[in-house]
Amino acid sequence: MLRYTIHRILLMIPTLLGVAVLVFLLLRAMPGDIVELRFMMEGGQVSPEVLAIERARLGLDKSLWWQFYDWMIGIFIGDFGTSMWTGRPVINEIASRLQLSLQVAIMATILAVVIALPLGTISALYKDTWIDHLIRAFAIAGLAVPSFWLGMLIILGLLYSFNWIPPLTFVPIYVDPWHNLSQLIWPAMAVGYRYSAVATRMTRSTILEVLQEDYIRTARAKGVFERLVVARHAMRNAMLPVVTVIGLEFAFLIGGLVVTEQVFNLNGIGKLFVETVTRADYTMVQALVMLVATFFILVNFAVDLLYATLDPRIRYR
Amino acid sequence: MAAVTTSPEITYRVRKRRHPVVQFVRTQPLGAAGLVFIVILFIAGFFAHWVSPYDPLDLDYGAMLAPPSWDHWMGTDAFGRDVFSRIIYGARTALAVGFLSSLLGSGIGAVVGVVSAYFGGRIDMAIQRFMDILLAFPIIVLALTVVAVLGKFPVGGLDLNLIVAIAIPMIPKVARVVRSSALAIRELPYVDAARAAGYGHTRIIFRHIAPNVVAPFLIMFTAFIAQAILLEASLSFLGLGVTEPTPAWGLMLSGTSQEFYSQAPWMIIFPGLAISFAVFAFNMFGDSLRDYLDPRLKV
Amino acid sequence: MIGSKLVLIGTVALAFCWTAADAIAQTPKKGGILKFAVSAEPPDYDCHAATSFAFIHPVRPHYNTLLKFDEPNYPKVKGDLAQSWTVSPDGLTYTFKLKPNIKFHDGTPATSADVKATYERIANPAQGVRSIRKAAYADIASIETPDPQTVIFKLKARNASMLTNFASPWDCIYSAAKLKEDPKFPEKNVLGTGPFKFVEHAAGSHWVGERFADYHEKGKPYLDGYRAIFITNTAARVNALQAGEVLSEFRGHSPADRERLTKALGDKVVVHESPWICSLVVTFNTEKKPFDDARVRRALSLAIDRWKGAEALARIALVRHVGGVLRPGYELAASEAELVKYPGWGKDINAARAEAKKLLDQAGVKDLKFKFLNRNIPMPYTPVGVFLIDQWRQIGVQVEHDQPETKAYIANLRGGNYDAGLDFNCDAVDDPNLQLAKFISADKSPINYGRYNDRKLDELYEAQKGELDNKKRYALLRQFEQHALTEAYTFPTIWWHRIIINWKQIKGWHMSPSHYLNQDLQDVWLDQ
Repeated sequence: MLRYTIHRILLMIPTLLGVAVLVFLLLRAMPGDIVELRFMMEGGQVSPEVLAIERARLGLDKSLWWQFYDWMIGIFIGDFGTSMWTGRPVINEIASRLQLSLQVAIMATILAVVIALPLGTISALYKDTWIDHLIRAFAIAGLAVPSFWLGMLIILGLLYSFNWIPPLTFVPIYVDPWHNLSQLIWPAMAVGYRYSAVATRMTRSTILEVLQEDYIRTARAKGVFERLVVARHAMRNAMLPVVTVIGLEFAFLIGGLVVTEQVFNLNGIGKLFVETVTRADYTMVQALVMLVATFFILVNFAVDLLYATLDPRIRYR
Repeated sequence: MAAVTTSPEITYRVRKRRHPVVQFVRTQPLGAAGLVFIVILFIAGFFAHWVSPYDPLDLDYGAMLAPPSWDHWMGTDAFGRDVFSRIIYGARTALAVGFLSSLLGSGIGAVVGVVSAYFGGRIDMAIQRFMDILLAFPIIVLALTVVAVLGKFPVGGLDLNLIVAIAIPMIPKVARVVRSSALAIRELPYVDAARAAGYGHTRIIFRHIAPNVVAPFLIMFTAFIAQAILLEASLSFLGLGVTEPTPAWGLMLSGTSQEFYSQAPWMIIFPGLAISFAVFAFNMFGDSLRDYLDPRLKV
Repeated sequence: MIGSKLVLIGTVALAFCWTAADAIAQTPKKGGILKFAVSAEPPDYDCHAATSFAFIHPVRPHYNTLLKFDEPNYPKVKGDLAQSWTVSPDGLTYTFKLKPNIKFHDGTPATSADVKATYERIANPAQGVRSIRKAAYADIASIETPDPQTVIFKLKARNASMLTNFASPWDCIYSAAKLKEDPKFPEKNVLGTGPFKFVEHAAGSHWVGERFADYHEKGKPYLDGYRAIFITNTAARVNALQAGEVLSEFRGHSPADRERLTKALGDKVVVHESPWICSLVVTFNTEKKPFDDARVRRALSLAIDRWKGAEALARIALVRHVGGVLRPGYELAASEAELVKYPGWGKDINAARAEAKKLLDQAGVKDLKFKFLNRNIPMPYTPVGVFLIDQWRQIGVQVEHDQPETKAYIANLRGGNYDAGLDFNCDAVDDPNLQLAKFISADKSPINYGRYNDRKLDELYEAQKGELDNKKRYALLRQFEQHALTEAYTFPTIWWHRIIINWKQIKGWHMSPSHYLNQDLQDVWLDQ
């Protein structure tokens, strides 16, 4: 177990390094640069001299090797640099947005779990009846409806029914819970539907599988009321894949809120992603990609460890 | 059917076996419904020229933002273009992007997965690390940057680079699943036998291993068509996908629609429904195909 | 009611519109926080390095400039920090007297030394300081400060645009003391003399300013403060306006937004409209065949039905006016009678298209196909792009629409990596020197992306620049226009139309043909 843990941790390093190289090269291969964009966007008559000063100030006149070296050394000593667009430290820029995205992701997760566990279980228990078909259709529809479209419809509905839209600026939940929730519940619903669909399907299929296991059949043969069996025995074992899918979806959400945040004008990581990519703000995009990748890898790792500890049948070499 | 059977039970089963399509329809009604919708989409897309009442590119400044009516079943958009016609032509774009990118993504993914499993060792290790890197990249960010890097390469109104951008994030997922299926097969005696018989790698991979990973491949392929349609819609929404005036569902939700949708909700309701139904159909079909072919597979 | 509003809109189409109830008769009320939306966000805080309205709207209220435009009487200028000024008869000496009791937000007095330090920073920036409008002050020989209230600018050469330059909204007056400590001080700090103090900038979210109690104009500003909220998504912005979460957005709305908001809010909002000093122009890469041939370019200009197009597009996009190289409605711009004589501006579209086909035949171009580079910003680039492609389809030309994201679009345009493209020309003020810069030779103008040199245009440009007699200048400008539009290297399509929708409690704000002007919020108040 310990060897496995260490092995997995060591494997993270080359993966993260690979992500770093990939994002670094992808960004430099994008046409256009931040300096031209910044000064020519509104058609200003800017002299090449000013453009050159700005490039030098951002370090864009250095060679690619040097730029990469600078970045890596920075990461090593915990300095992620400053945004090329705003000049503020990358850490501050991200920190001010992370709270919002994390909260939406957590709320969506809670929503998903609350919906998915009962629905998935019921669907499995009543396999191939109309209830099952209905729940499956509901779940597959959740995968089919684009979250951002759902978001647009939600806003439209609110605006026309109540002539009200969610608040525009973010206030942390510990400052003003009502304001906070009335802003974030809607995007959480828009992405939560999809999320709950994924989880419902996983719950259904794992419970179906568990119900086939010998010990469950034994339990049923002993005359234990079926629902109790499900609740006591099946659920505990079914948790693993469901936890996996919830964990992975959560990691996915952090980077996947991109379009939904646009629709709701949320000042989160996703919106920051689009803005910084379209601006070619290299330092910001690099840091964001590394953040999301690290998060994703850590969640994966945590899920695997959970597997190894919870399910005695799983053994790692 | 030609099998000579001795046990009465087996005879019973053989007599009952129907054509696979019939059996699929009987056991998977939802999947069959999905399939029907997919076929309709195909017909609409393929015969768009005959099916749609208007030319999807025809601007009509006399009928801008007209609500649904007998003339325009789903209303018109900001340019006076018929929304219904654009949705029908949009099916073409959606299917083309969906199929091509899913084919590309699952195809490359399958090859990578089989190669990785077959050779094992260092090659496997290297490929797996690279796949990990791609997996760790947030999908939409990967697509976003790839679209930006590759620029646009339109062929007949369809951007081939967009298809590549949508396909890339699929590769590691397909590769993973196919690899684990192939790993199991690699250990089977007949592959050893083929190797002992002195067959080349290519022959073993394509003749002996590949046919056995067809089921997971097909399942992933249909699932990813749905995902590709969704991703294309998201990218178009962000202004990085298909370009005006090409009729495409995702595009119909973005751009000028963003200005008008609260006044002319039909501009976004119908394209959104089209996306949802198409993705729904492919998911239903894919889901049922999985239940039918390989119920234990997790995609 | 909606009908009457639309009639009102129609009648004031070519004039600036502000409601009669405004400005006169009402005494401004004090207090209140003005919340408004801004569709983008300023990168840093340095006026001298900024180019965007997204900078002006939140930042300008913190500062003063030497002169500014007299809001309702654009294009007249008046003093901002300057109380009065004189220009010597030879036009080489500008003497400004500053208002008394001007203070920076930190309490230190602002004097002529601060004005001098500011303009020196713009004209001769220190190492690493970016000054974008350096060229406008290239004619300054020296700046003298005989006493704390007086600044004297001595010029090397006469410059007819000098007063307009001094009224530029970008030339914020900084503190000389702070600049001496660190020439880059204004990049990360806001310290001005303006009506509002800087409170907070929450990155990606909002910007807050509060009333500066020691403002040099007694009794002003009226507002307690303002809150600029950054909303990049168009629909979200309009939703916010409809719900009253913000009371305005000062860049401009599309006609669709106007229709929707007036329908939903009735007389709770006031619509202001004006032609806009922005135009979308088609530019050809004249280094690529067949666009090196004037006949092909002219044919493509002739194929466009500008008059019908303007009428139709005005309903869905923020473009509306047919014009030449200058803003329709500007005193030096061509009249309609003159316009219709230019190739492509005539009202008989069938004749024009027939001639276009003939020109293409003469040039030996058959089945012309090309890629049209456009910006991927929906408003107004996409509708105009779709419109142009449809117009060209009418003469049998097949065009592929290429809309890469903005930075790739700019890189391709500047790098000559395109066939034909939709470029834009947007200025803060009507000034032939500014607007014509798009058309003069590439070796003279950094914003000519057509990659051509045409000495005749350059000569006419210089001639009109030195011509102080407006009538003669007008005639020179027509010659320039005639030549530019016949050669059609770069030609205007349809000019923009600015629509501002304010909740009616906003008073004392004035419409102008530029979204860069009238944003210091000094005279704005809320009637509530």
